[in-house]
Amino acid sequence: MYVVIAGCGRVGSALAQQLISEGHQVAVIDEDPEAFTQLGEDFPGEFVTGAAIDWDILEEAGVDHADAFVAATDGDNTNIVATQIAKEHFGVQCAVARVYDPARAELFAEAGIRTVCPTKDAREMLAEAVHSCQITRG
Amino acid sequence: MSDHEGVKAVFVVIVGGGKVGLNVARSLVSMGHEVILVERRKYRYDLLVEELEEKLLLGDGTEIWVLEKAGIARADLVVAVTGDDEDNLIIAQVAKRKYGVKKVIARVNNPRNQATFDMLGVEPTICATTNILALVRRELPEHKLVHLLTLKRENLEIVELEVSEHSPVAGKAIEEITLPEGALLTAILRGGKAHMARMKAVIEPGDYVLCLVEPGTEKDLIHVMLPEEAPEKVQAEGEPEYLGGE
Repeated sequence: MYVVIAGCGRVGSALAQQLISEGHQVAVIDEDPEAFTQLGEDFPGEFVTGAAIDWDILEEAGVDHADAFVAATDGDNTNIVATQIAKEHFGVQCAVARVYDPARAELFAEAGIRTVCPTKDAREMLAEAVHSCQITRG
Repeated sequence: MSDHEGVKAVFVVIVGGGKVGLNVARSLVSMGHEVILVERRKYRYDLLVEELEEKLLLGDGTEIWVLEKAGIARADLVVAVTGDDEDNLIIAQVAKRKYGVKKVIARVNNPRNQATFDMLGVEPTICATTNILALVRRELPEHKLVHLLTLKRENLEIVELEVSEHSPVAGKAIEEITLPEGALLTAILRGGKAHMARMKAVIEPGDYVLCLVEPGTEKDLIHVMLPEEAPEKVQAEGEPEYLGGE
């Protein structure tokens, strides 16, 4: 698969490396030209410097022929809008946005945007961890 | 709702307390309308709160709970004028989709993002850069057709053309001119005054004419109105993507 990832932070860069190790092709977009250092030496994929909602930047990263698009910049709103562009303008069927705010994640999921909400996931996992603790202090 | 100088008061939620948001808020308040201005930056909030008091709300206007606290559910109008286009896009979509706000006005900071606002159906939009460029182009003598206003939803534009002595329509009455399909000559500007385009009115060199056109008609209109010998000065095609129509 050819995957474009917007945002080269902790999550974006690790995801890029994972997909590369699985044999996929990857392009990464970040506003900060220094962010590519997160990808480690000898990263075989593309790195494009620019805004994730800029159509020209997205095209330079190859979104027009990508099989999947992931938006994981540090801005929820940037991620939602970038995913809307990838899906609606560039026709990427598999486009997903990382959205920290559960309210916006839910609202835009209802509007047809695939969202992953780490806040909600963490809350559920932490609650489950608490529930699974059987021992109470006596 | 109350009446103020015969104008029905509306409730407006403005997001973004920069110069634009503040001055829009001030003007609406002075017109007697009900206003809430949402500002995220604490230092800016502190600066404005003495003047605006309960009309100012500290918070991130792209957060749904902040918008609810501002009273978006009963807003007649939402104005999204932050300095971030992605924020304005989200505010506008949340307002329309979740709260059914009838009218949302959004600011485009970077003209490169105009296409995204259009794609997502966020309109009307205001872009200072685009507006200023359009005005600058109006002052440049080689620009013979200028887009004055674009009504996207209505699929209509108002354009202005300068008539020179070499123009094929110079000296002709309006009823003698065959305009292209989708174009209507509405007014003649002469000596700084506008004249309604009556059938018998004669167009003179130096006049500016205002036309209502459907987008895409500009090239044919230029062909009818402007002299052939200067095709390189024609601006209907190949113009910067963020100016005028698409």
